[in-house]
Amino acid sequence: MTPTHPVAMPPTITPLGTSALLFEAPGREMALGTQQRMWALAREAGGWPEVREAVPGMNNLMLSLVRPPRVLRDIEARLRAAWAAAEPLPLEGRVVELPVVYGGAGGPHLADVVAHTGLSVDEIVERHSTPLYPVYALGSHPGYCYLGGMDPRIATPRRKVPVLSIPAGAVSIGGAQTGVSASAGPSGWNTIGSTVMRFFDPAQDPPALLQPGDALRFRVEKVIR
Amino acid sequence: MIEILSASALATVQDLGRVGALQWGVGTSGAMDPLALAAGNVLLGNDDGAAAIEVPVFPFQVRFSEDLAFALTGADCAARLDDTPLMPWWVAQARAGQVLTLGLPQGTGWRASRAYLCVAGGVDVPAVLGSRSTQLRGDFGGHEGRALRQGDVLRAAAPGNGRHASGFGLLPPALALPLVLDGVPAMRVLPAAEYAHYTEASRAAFWAGEWKITAQSDRYGYRLAGTALEAADVVEMRSHGIVPGVIQVPPGGQPIVQMRDAQPSGGYPKLGTVIEADLWRLGQAPIGSRVRFIETDWDAAVAALEQTHAWLADARRLADLYRRQRERTRA
Repeated sequence: MTPTHPVAMPPTITPLGTSALLFEAPGREMALGTQQRMWALAREAGGWPEVREAVPGMNNLMLSLVRPPRVLRDIEARLRAAWAAAEPLPLEGRVVELPVVYGGAGGPHLADVVAHTGLSVDEIVERHSTPLYPVYALGSHPGYCYLGGMDPRIATPRRKVPVLSIPAGAVSIGGAQTGVSASAGPSGWNTIGSTVMRFFDPAQDPPALLQPGDALRFRVEKVIR
Repeated sequence: MIEILSASALATVQDLGRVGALQWGVGTSGAMDPLALAAGNVLLGNDDGAAAIEVPVFPFQVRFSEDLAFALTGADCAARLDDTPLMPWWVAQARAGQVLTLGLPQGTGWRASRAYLCVAGGVDVPAVLGSRSTQLRGDFGGHEGRALRQGDVLRAAAPGNGRHASGFGLLPPALALPLVLDGVPAMRVLPAAEYAHYTEASRAAFWAGEWKITAQSDRYGYRLAGTALEAADVVEMRSHGIVPGVIQVPPGGQPIVQMRDAQPSGGYPKLGTVIEADLWRLGQAPIGSRVRFIETDWDAAVAALEQTHAWLADARRLADLYRRQRERTRA
């Protein structure tokens, strides 16, 4: 469970204009137990008539609204009550294994992670490829997964100057998080390796390969030093 | 059918946006000026959300390969059908072979930056995940998931629509629903979660200052330049859902307003959100121009949205009435 006392500490609810509400669990950490309660809240609130979509973030939830209610009090009270009652929803989906080539041309910032952490390439690769990473949420771009579970010893700050485009399949570290780009685009994260996987296909139903509760594992295919 | 004759990049097929796909990481896309897109459709008797061509770079030219009713809304581009000048926010009837040319946006006081070319029945591209809007990141939706190019050919979904009812128009919402502060186009902003983390001086400067829309502004986001905003304490954010209109403040203190192609999640502190009812005003603000922000609250933001909906409903009522009268006259 969460290290905080979620019922005692109130969550915050703030508007994002009139088209969405943001519900945030107290605290700043990213705990799996809290996330499991957020999944439960998303399932509940996603069924309310004024809610178009209930979208989990990292220990938070955005409700996009069909139309803005006249007053916020009612939906805010329902959210608080549903959160207080929410039990962790232990989603356990499938595990997808991704072969990763660490370093080399596909991992241009591995050296920056070495420099920041003081660990060797092998130590970083081992720590990165050991955990099973639960998918907490989807966001950022089509098919992209926010993952929990990275070893904090390889945490590396986001880059001061974002890279204009990193390719699909880029495996990267940003702060205490790691992830895999689903398509080419700008990124402030440190790219340490590359993999090949189609995370998103608009012709499929559902279009995203993974959903919250699924998990990723990185298998070391090769290390280029 | 219409053929794109100009080489100017960045024109895209858009509708009112893709909703309901956030769970897969897919943002909304859609017209930067949804009111202009909907109004163009109203003029043609289309559904509000039929797809149109959004044109941000001029001149822009297309050739009609069939008789086709079309409407032009958004920026006033001194449009010509062959050599005949067209009114802005107007429906016209093209004959096969005619060429439509959109020139540079003009206008004193309020000059818009994007034009919408709506056609009878809407632009006929496949709906992907419930929308015809172009999703550039991921390359789907719109026309082949990309911006339009010279030589592209687009079909109108119902070329027969609106055939007998051209030659009328609407008063643009910039005139009907003006919002200007000290002579500068303004948008109302609802404070967001991290508003209170900014210093009192920064909050005051945000409301009092003029914000320049820098050249690094596009469908993804508008990077603004003005007095740097300072947070009283550093907030470490967890990634969370965001919507178009959210004003993020990166560490440098110069705000970025998320626009239609913005990613659907973010982690920068949020000062506020340009309200849904006013986002079209910002979507039309040209690069290099200046805008002001007006603090609002939930009640006023909801009322503003209702006012926008009422304007559109009124436009539809008048357009339908005019079309019926024209049809009767012909019968």
